Amino acid sequence: MPDIDQVVKSLGIVVVAAPLLLTIVLGISSLVGRKLTEEATTRLGHATIVVGLLASITILGIMLAGGSRHIPIELGNWVMIENHHHEHIYHFSVKLVFDRLSVPFAILSLLLSGTIGAFASQYIHREPGFNRFFVLYAIFVLGMIVTSLAGTIETLFTGWELVGLSSTLLVGFYQERPAPPRNALWVWVVYRVSDAALLLAAVVMHHLRGEGDFDKFLGQRPWPEQLSSLDPLYSLDPRQALLVGLLLLVAVAGKSALVPFCGWLPRAMEGPTPSSAVFYGALSVHLGTFLLLRISPLLDLSPGLSAIVVILGLTTAVVAHLAGSVQTDIKSALSFASLVQVGIIVTEIGLGLRYVALIHLLGHACLRTLQFVRAPTLLQDYRTLENAIGEHLPHGRTGIERYRIWLYRWSLERGYLDPLLSEYIVFPFLRVFRWCDGMERRWTDFLAHGASRHSDQVPSRLGGIDELA
Amino acid sequence: MNPLHLPWLELSIAVAIVGSAIVSRFRDPNRAYHWGLACIGVSFVCTLWAWLVYYLGVPAEDVAKYSVQSRLLGARIFEFDELSAPLVPTVALLHFLTALATARTKMRRYSFSWSLAAEAIRLATFSCVQPSWMLVGLLAASTLPPYVELVNRGRPTRVYALHMALFVTLLVFGWAAVDSAQGDISSIRAQLGTILLMAAILVRCGTIPVHCWVTDWFEHASFGIAILYVVPLSGVYAAVRLVLPIAPELVLRSIGLMSLATAVYAAGMSIVQRDARRFYAYLFLSHASLVLVGLELRTPLSLTASLCLWFSVMLSLGGFGLALRALEARFGRMSIVKYQGLYGHSPSLAVCFLLTGLACVGFPATVGFISTELLVDSAVEFNSLLCVAVLAATALNGIAVVRAYLLLFTGARHVSAVSLEIGVRERIAVLTLAALILGGGLFPQPGVSSRYEAAEQILERRERAKIAETGQAPFRGRTAHK
Repeated sequence: MPDIDQVVKSLGIVVVAAPLLLTIVLGISSLVGRKLTEEATTRLGHATIVVGLLASITILGIMLAGGSRHIPIELGNWVMIENHHHEHIYHFSVKLVFDRLSVPFAILSLLLSGTIGAFASQYIHREPGFNRFFVLYAIFVLGMIVTSLAGTIETLFTGWELVGLSSTLLVGFYQERPAPPRNALWVWVVYRVSDAALLLAAVVMHHLRGEGDFDKFLGQRPWPEQLSSLDPLYSLDPRQALLVGLLLLVAVAGKSALVPFCGWLPRAMEGPTPSSAVFYGALSVHLGTFLLLRISPLLDLSPGLSAIVVILGLTTAVVAHLAGSVQTDIKSALSFASLVQVGIIVTEIGLGLRYVALIHLLGHACLRTLQFVRAPTLLQDYRTLENAIGEHLPHGRTGIERYRIWLYRWSLERGYLDPLLSEYIVFPFLRVFRWCDGMERRWTDFLAHGASRHSDQVPSRLGGIDELA
Repeated sequence: MNPLHLPWLELSIAVAIVGSAIVSRFRDPNRAYHWGLACIGVSFVCTLWAWLVYYLGVPAEDVAKYSVQSRLLGARIFEFDELSAPLVPTVALLHFLTALATARTKMRRYSFSWSLAAEAIRLATFSCVQPSWMLVGLLAASTLPPYVELVNRGRPTRVYALHMALFVTLLVFGWAAVDSAQGDISSIRAQLGTILLMAAILVRCGTIPVHCWVTDWFEHASFGIAILYVVPLSGVYAAVRLVLPIAPELVLRSIGLMSLATAVYAAGMSIVQRDARRFYAYLFLSHASLVLVGLELRTPLSLTASLCLWFSVMLSLGGFGLALRALEARFGRMSIVKYQGLYGHSPSLAVCFLLTGLACVGFPATVGFISTELLVDSAVEFNSLLCVAVLAATALNGIAVVRAYLLLFTGARHVSAVSLEIGVRERIAVLTLAALILGGGLFPQPGVSSRYEAAEQILERRERAKIAETGQAPFRGRTAHK
């Protein structure tokens, strides 16, 4: 009879190894210029996701049968530095945690990714970017699984970055159009800010506790139990908790498109519908709330932090509702509808309703995936419904119309959040560095006794054979 | 005769020197390419073998038996220690891959003879483990081939020449002052010398405000030569060998502060650039400065981080440069103002460009990830503001890399009547670096352990210098063979 711990450990490795295998096979074949056929890609995608899903469901079954609520799996140190006295001066441990938070989220990720993988194989059949889509899809799934099962903040950061890159490149998927690359860059900038905040939080956690391990930082109580005086986190100064919490909140706001970063979500709708559905409508946008749930014991320690979380959630919900009311395309409307729910989930977390938030998150992700996937056939669906009932569907007035015109405009401009970020952060930054560039030019011209920049003669577009399609 | 006992390191330098002399006789660029590539390849194999000999633990005395340098120079000057053992083959590999990936259209412009001469100087510099006049002379000599390159191309030389003249002057006077102090590192003369050496290193590394020569160099030199001159980070090597063992805290702190400012400034500047080469130059400056920041902190962890980052910079920025160079070979100088839409012509090149670019900025599963983690981890123990600045530099560099990728590879498809797909030789070069980047990223432990050993050795040297100051032991470097 095999040891149950060993079985769980093996299954845990399978859950991560399945999307990893998919990424490696698709990535290497693309890198060396030997792409798999569409059929092989689809089959491999299905097989790996199904294997990962079955393994995670089995783990859930074992946990329910055995009554265990928290199963950590140590995979050892990925990197370790020991001094001559064999003391660790640095270690990067890889640890997975299966608990009531990570297992449902991992199952949700695999389930929705699998569904969307099957949908996408038809949706983008014979499109030139088929292989590229599935490489990014594989990286995304791997990132989601690593993030959801991460037992240390460093492991979580690894998955977080993978999700960020794949999402950005998927926003720019239709790269021959002008808007997607621009929007992809905007999304990437927001993600980089978010990543930097998360990394800083990780480092501060390491600094305060000497560990990035969630168990050692937040305590070994199974999620979502409240903190007790025995937990290591309890000894943390509320100001330190607030510092770590605020850094994490910036990371959460960036990833989940909370105020003031909510402008990236409608921009992300430039990507193909399958990716919009799973990445922004269902999974990626919830990743921030997942992180907030993971570090929720920190909220118990700082009422101020909880209050900020509640305010942020409510503000996001209100802004998203108003902006969503005046959208004229279905994907943007759905994205803001998602954001309203994400704002409410964040509020629930701030109020300490963690199970409610988790159930809300799971239900919302499934509903929104369905809506996004049906979005391209919305008119067809309306026609079917109208044919069935024999009359036109009622067109409700948007609530916003009752308000004054300025509010309408405010909503149409999505709360002016993007222009605000551009005006007060992006443009001043660019102006300062362009001024520096100008000064450098004057300095090198002075040293060279003439024009020093050969690059001034480079045309902004490729010349000669440059005929744009 | 046991082949392990042959002086492979000296052979590699000798092959480069002889190869340079032979190739300089050829007027046919094709012939020069084949001979040049063969010599660079043989030199690389020799350095690889020398590295293997070092790690197999062959006693230094056995290697010294067949060495000619003791007879020629009176002492063994070129050898390996923990720091230089992996650096030398990596430098040789960069030369080999750059030569291999030289497009046919660029063969006439790329001087294999001068490239081999520069390689010989660089290999000798990186295998010079003792702080000595020989090292100072080699560092000074390494500034000459780039000058000749600019002159041969008919490009302005004043900016480069002024900065390098300043570098050589500071270096020579600085080392003369340190040398004349005869090991008494607390004397005024030694301290003045250290300050001059620090200034020399800041010039060579392109620290603000003396960084403009780097962008000017990339403006005017051929791209391959430009990459090879800066990417091995000879300035950082000079800092480790000449300054770190003897520098007072104030000097190191000054280097650290200026490097930190450069890292953030250059990262910001890389975002606003309109030319791909200038963007690359600023990206390089930012990373070279981050390496110096790690050196300044003087803890085993920060030094390990710095040395790991050094490797990461060599591999990833080397690969990134080669990918950009492959683009230039097809389209000429690249502007990053408008979307160029080049993805469709060469998806592999786009992937390699993104992979190497992300490796520079420490993306997970690449060689840069763990070094960035280590650097941030060691920085936070020292000063939280330092940590914020390092993170800001990394975040800005990440934005700059993806911006460049989007501008070059996305947008309305560029239409061409001829195939612009990446060539076989270029593919081999870029994929080799990509394999090293991913291999080092997925299995970082051996590399990190080796760099930790090197960091310990550097700190030990610094300790010995302090002991020498109190008269308990002489100040000497140490060459360790495992």
